[in-house]
Amino acid sequence: MFTAILTIVLIVGSAALLSWPLGHYMAALFSGRFTRTDNLLIRVAGRTPDQDWKQYSVALLTFNALMFAFVFLLLTVQHRLPLNPDGQNAASLDLVFNTAASFTTNTNLQHYSGESTWSYLAQLGGLMWLQFVSAATGIAALAAVARGIGGQASMGNFFLDLQRATFCLLLPLAIIVALVLAMSGVPMTFEGAAHAITLEGVGQTIARGPVAAFVAIKQLGTNGGGFFGPNSTHPFENPTFWSNGFSMIAIIIVPMACVWMFGRIIGRMKHAGVIFAVMLAFLLLKIGGAVAFEAAPTHAFVHLPVMQTIGNLEGKELRLGATTGPLWAVLTTSTSNGSVAAMHDSLNPLTGLMPMVGMWLNATFGGVGVGMINMFLYVVVAVFIAGMMVGRTPEYLGHKVEGGEMRLAVLAVFSHALLTLGGTALFAATAWGQATLNNVGAHGFSEILYEFSSAAANNGSGFEGLGDNTVPWNIATGLVMLIGRYLPIVLPLAIVGSLMAKTRSAESAGTLSVEGGSFGIMLVITILIFGALTFFPAAALGPIAEHVTLMR
Amino acid sequence: MTYLIPAMRLWLVTLLVCVIGYSLLVFVFAQTFVPFRANGSLITVNGRTIGSELIAQNFTSARYFWPRPSVAKFDGMHAAGSNLSPTSEKLTERAAETVARYGATPANPLPADLVAASGGGLDPHISVAGALYQVQRIARSRNIAAATVRRLIDDRAVVPGGPFAPDPIVNVLQLNLALDRLKP
Repeated sequence: MFTAILTIVLIVGSAALLSWPLGHYMAALFSGRFTRTDNLLIRVAGRTPDQDWKQYSVALLTFNALMFAFVFLLLTVQHRLPLNPDGQNAASLDLVFNTAASFTTNTNLQHYSGESTWSYLAQLGGLMWLQFVSAATGIAALAAVARGIGGQASMGNFFLDLQRATFCLLLPLAIIVALVLAMSGVPMTFEGAAHAITLEGVGQTIARGPVAAFVAIKQLGTNGGGFFGPNSTHPFENPTFWSNGFSMIAIIIVPMACVWMFGRIIGRMKHAGVIFAVMLAFLLLKIGGAVAFEAAPTHAFVHLPVMQTIGNLEGKELRLGATTGPLWAVLTTSTSNGSVAAMHDSLNPLTGLMPMVGMWLNATFGGVGVGMINMFLYVVVAVFIAGMMVGRTPEYLGHKVEGGEMRLAVLAVFSHALLTLGGTALFAATAWGQATLNNVGAHGFSEILYEFSSAAANNGSGFEGLGDNTVPWNIATGLVMLIGRYLPIVLPLAIVGSLMAKTRSAESAGTLSVEGGSFGIMLVITILIFGALTFFPAAALGPIAEHVTLMR
Repeated sequence: MTYLIPAMRLWLVTLLVCVIGYSLLVFVFAQTFVPFRANGSLITVNGRTIGSELIAQNFTSARYFWPRPSVAKFDGMHAAGSNLSPTSEKLTERAAETVARYGATPANPLPADLVAASGGGLDPHISVAGALYQVQRIARSRNIAAATVRRLIDDRAVVPGGPFAPDPIVNVLQLNLALDRLKP
């Protein structure tokens, strides 16, 4: 218990502390404080005028369409291109569609194992490239939202913001993380698989590759797509306890810093403090739950002569320690990262519920940029409800929130539930889902529920026993990822555009304060009602039902 | 359409910098300063590559320490976990087979890590308790003193994360190499 608390404090505490200066830097970066760099970046993209919300959205979607098209093409022809020492063959078109959609949308859901599917060129030139620019897309969108809320006349320029996020934020951080990972034992080679003859004289082929570069940006950009199939449980992605701890900090640091960046750009750090506290409270609650539930031994071994002293070890790696599996599981799903350091499918039933809750809320730090945007939607809803309750025109920082904005916010919040639950219902009722399960009963339902939660939340982790490389799974989750990505980016931009068009009133003593504890509680309740209650029936059918069968 | 040209320019520049520039930088650094790790921590004995320090291998002879169970069958090209839930009967059946192989009894229960499959199926370590459990078998089949085998474990036991992960573990391939290097 003591070591668990110590580990949690070390990881979450260091990330929270480091996020403060990083948020300061990001705010300066996106406020145009670095003029010489900005001038250079403007020259690179070509000078285009500042954009309103529609133009910003069109620019964002244009670049993202190009990202998708390029990687789709590259993955389709990878077997004809160089840097393919292990001779990977052509992949099926539905898998190519799913993978291109997955990495374009910052999801990194993987219906394949990298070491036996993609060439080094496809991994680096396609997938790793998207891990940079899709993360940068989310951060750019947040910068635009923050400018609008903060009362600036324009939302900024997408092409400049994307480069700022890529070159001045993600790239330097990725270089640091990649070098540390390389030193800790993560391979970085362009040689093909190694061939060994064991001491017993048996042959073993060991996949390797340019892993360190890939894993660094996978963690930092809340991407989560691993170089190898089993992600960060693979010793080559995560060789030591310390690489594991470092990776966990890399997962959560940029989403945390995004809150401070938002606060600084809108000029309301106390408001950001409340949001940060609410997110942190949800995060710690889930971590506490997951670590406690996972300290119980696996039920599968209880009637066998097996000594289970450190909790459920199925699907876990010894060098990473007993606590970090569930801790990582919560961090990776609170953010929209989705990398794993323990197999989520084998977690105890209630432990497995915690990552699902993270994906359903999708705003307890959330994906880089978009997590804070999702929280902004909850804030709009909370402000509106609070305003109705006291009978005043709801205002958010002097912006009048009216029916129009509210409709868009609710649409964005509920689209997430609709995509998750609608998809789950369809696949649970048909052979598309039923025929692909690895476990029976309630846990089988959980596998389907988890997969759609992950796709809709742009997370990318999975209950990986699911045999998901099928045409229905590839197409359905591909579409869910695309809708679940762009709707919650464009709708908030539209809300902010609509707020910007109205005259901003001065805040008075009667205005609802968004800076105190009472607003924090209001926000928590809104998140619980809109985010969590919607999903409760599904949770009851899956992990909770499975847990109840254990208690019999 | 006015945005297509800037989008194309960004495509080109981000590819050049974030794929080619970044990968080469990390590659040159790793190959210069940590070449052993950069190439997969491969262990070579008498000019023959016998495995990677980081990747588990199958050992079935009674003369060697056995690793944790691997659903991937120790295939370095197809790493995978079992993904079976704690309520799965398949998981209980698999565990029962392992228990039978070690001959574990309620009086002498098997440490859980020797029964539970790892996440990627390539976990190179076992717990020190799991190694000690195998000492008698190895000592008997090699006809050496059990104390000698225990000393090998003691010498190679490591605590993976200091106070944060205090349960000691030991690398199976290094242990088995040390066994073979003992004077007969």
